[in-house]
Amino acid sequence: MTATTKGAQDTPAKPSATAGRPGPAGGIDVAHVLKDAVISALIALGLFGVIMGLKTEQAPGGLVLEENWERVIWAVGIVFVGRLLLNLTIWRRPGGKIDDLMPVGLKKYSGFVGTAIGAALILVALTLPFLPGAGRYHVDLGTLVLTYVMLGWGLNIVVGLAGLLDLGYVAFYAVGAYSYALLATTFDLGFWVCLPLAFILACFWGIILGFPVLRLRGDYLAIVTLAFGEIIRVVLLNWSEFTGGPNGIGQIPRPTFFGLEFSRGEGGFADYFGLDFSSMHRIIFLYYVILVLAFVTHLVSVRLRKLPIGRAWEAMREDEIACRSLGLSIVRTKLTAFAIGAGFGGLAGAFFATRQGFISPESFTFIESALILAIVVLGGMGSQLGVAIAAVVMIGGFEYFREFEQYRMLVFGAMMVLIMVWRPRGLVSARAPSVYLKERKKVGADMVSQGHG
Amino acid sequence: MAGVSDTILRIDHLTMRFGGLVAVDDLSFEARRGEITALIGPNGAGKTTVFNCITGFYKPTEGRMALSHGSASAYAHIDRLTASPQQSWEGDGEALFLLERMADHDVNAKAKVARTFQNIRLFGGMTVLENLMVAQHHYLMRASGFTFLGLVGAPRYRRAEAAAIERSVAWLERINLLQRADEPAASLPYGDQRRLEIARAMCSDPVLLCLDEPAAGLNPRESAQLNELLLGIRAEGETSLLLIEHDMSVVMEISDHVVVLDYGKKISDGVPDFVKNDPKVIAAYLGVDDEEVDAVEAEVGQ
Ligand SMILES: Nc1ncnc2c1ncn2[C@@H]1O[C@H](COP(=O)(O)OP(=O)(O)O)[C@@H](O)[C@H]1O
Ligand SMILES: [Mg+2]
Repeated sequence: MTATTKGAQDTPAKPSATAGRPGPAGGIDVAHVLKDAVISALIALGLFGVIMGLKTEQAPGGLVLEENWERVIWAVGIVFVGRLLLNLTIWRRPGGKIDDLMPVGLKKYSGFVGTAIGAALILVALTLPFLPGAGRYHVDLGTLVLTYVMLGWGLNIVVGLAGLLDLGYVAFYAVGAYSYALLATTFDLGFWVCLPLAFILACFWGIILGFPVLRLRGDYLAIVTLAFGEIIRVVLLNWSEFTGGPNGIGQIPRPTFFGLEFSRGEGGFADYFGLDFSSMHRIIFLYYVILVLAFVTHLVSVRLRKLPIGRAWEAMREDEIACRSLGLSIVRTKLTAFAIGAGFGGLAGAFFATRQGFISPESFTFIESALILAIVVLGGMGSQLGVAIAAVVMIGGFEYFREFEQYRMLVFGAMMVLIMVWRPRGLVSARAPSVYLKERKKVGADMVSQGHG
Repeated sequence: MAGVSDTILRIDHLTMRFGGLVAVDDLSFEARRGEITALIGPNGAGKTTVFNCITGFYKPTEGRMALSHGSASAYAHIDRLTASPQQSWEGDGEALFLLERMADHDVNAKAKVARTFQNIRLFGGMTVLENLMVAQHHYLMRASGFTFLGLVGAPRYRRAEAAAIERSVAWLERINLLQRADEPAASLPYGDQRRLEIARAMCSDPVLLCLDEPAAGLNPRESAQLNELLLGIRAEGETSLLLIEHDMSVVMEISDHVVVLDYGKKISDGVPDFVKNDPKVIAAYLGVDDEEVDAVEAEVGQ
């Protein structure tokens, strides 16, 4: 059993810990900074020298080696200068702990800043469809973002609280979507009836996944959950009679407003309220549906954290062996985390199905799991606000960069690397205690374990 | 000695093998209710392994470990229980548990055996108070209607939570950590972490508390505080203690009964004064060869 990783030396903050140590007089240790830059440049040379400097070319009579050292010099130069600049500017901190990069002034008010950002986000979320200049595009985007916020919060229970790395979360999103689609198209059940059913079915599949991975930790758990996600997708793809195979399921009923359909003419929503028919009604309605669903997810997660079950999840993330010695069943603790996390994925899936009106296995690929996990990790595992911000930035950003189709992934890769360097534990990394006596002090990220599974 | 004592834990022929290595070899001993029983022996003698067997972390290769609740008269049922496939026998106000048949969490939740670890295992990222709340999991879980009542904020759960906090506060006062209740456990100094781990184990309401080298790494002042804490627990009479210790002075000072292990075998068993003068113990602790034991024995005898 490995010891729980605690303490700053375990965070991936290595680069800054070695670089830019202040000199004796509190100034800059020039020799050290130079040495660091030279070493980085040498490493860059080793890497880029072969990759960029040499190239095989097809030539008559075989392959020839083409050299291009100019590019290498550029690359090495950029690394050298960049490293030097970073050491002279951002990485100039005593001890060089990454967390200390947050300006001291900001840190003092971080509690207040968090509340303010949270309140602002809620306000915008509540009024979005009626904000001046908000059109169909914005409401649609808001709906998409909220879907991912909800998925992030759901996965946060598994990854952030229970510390179980789940790479197959999209499976439960798929289970929810197909549950609703199949129940609605075969049994004519309405959306609001199917919603709890989708939740229960996804919970059930969460438990199905949970059983075989009970004894797995870390990388092994990640691989098996990844495989689980793929199995669900492949089954959906190949079980044509049941799921429609690659053609998916179409004509999924849209949700109704207390029995009123969003249709033109007699008996529709617009007709009933004496409004002019507009396709926006349904879109705004869908927006508020996902807003409520996300809000419920949030409320339930926050409540659960303060209940014994949530404390058991976090305790399991901190130290499984200690949990067992205190009478907590690891089986029960893991399965409940998987089940409830999956349940919220299922709710989001049912919403996705009703919003799209059409689903196929293509919507549930591994990249979705990766995206949701990235939201949780970037946001800060265990933090509700961090996950919400990360979802807004990631999904919103994806849309924003849509024109640069080809560079989109590049920008996001770079952004992720930057955030991981800047705040290795995510945007909001401090943990708020679930219960307190006098003062709700945040627990620093360096104390909190990330779990082994 | 604490009045009339009866057996709380009875270990018969416990053997634990790891491949070819026999870590615990045919060990039998008893721990008595209301007493502090110490398990001592040189490094690698198998003490921690015995704890791991008792608390369900290891399934022993052979042997029986029976724990009684209520009174020792429960042992009258031990043969019937052993012959049956059951884990426990429950009678009127008393019960008997066969620990080797139970899962680790049940050893704590049902048989009410709590433990601490040689290398402290706190929930470092959770606050001191939260650590004590986790230990009251089953009480709170029942009060929260297995989460459903708690989710809707039922008053019953809120009352139970308040009671659990009160209980934690009482323990924090006792171990002198009330001021640091809202700080992460990992930020505490070593000595405080040790005491917190003991308080956490006590919050799970044990009848038997197993402490694995609680005094290791403590300074004399902290060591004295620890002795006071352990003697306090003993005086209350609700919880018996089983203690692994390296520091002979601690053992001699607070224990009622000492069992000495060497290479997995029991070499001595008795009151501290007896054990202290037992030539076999002296030989084991001084690292004398078997042949020389006789010589030492002769020497001590003089
Ligand atoms: N899980 C295990 N696997 C293999 N050998 C073990 C295991 N646990 C303990 N041992 C061995 O059992 C012996 C007794 O160890 P231990 O009970 O930790 O001693 P003590 O606590 O008395 O110092 C040692 O030789 C140790 O290496
Ligand atoms: Mg040991």
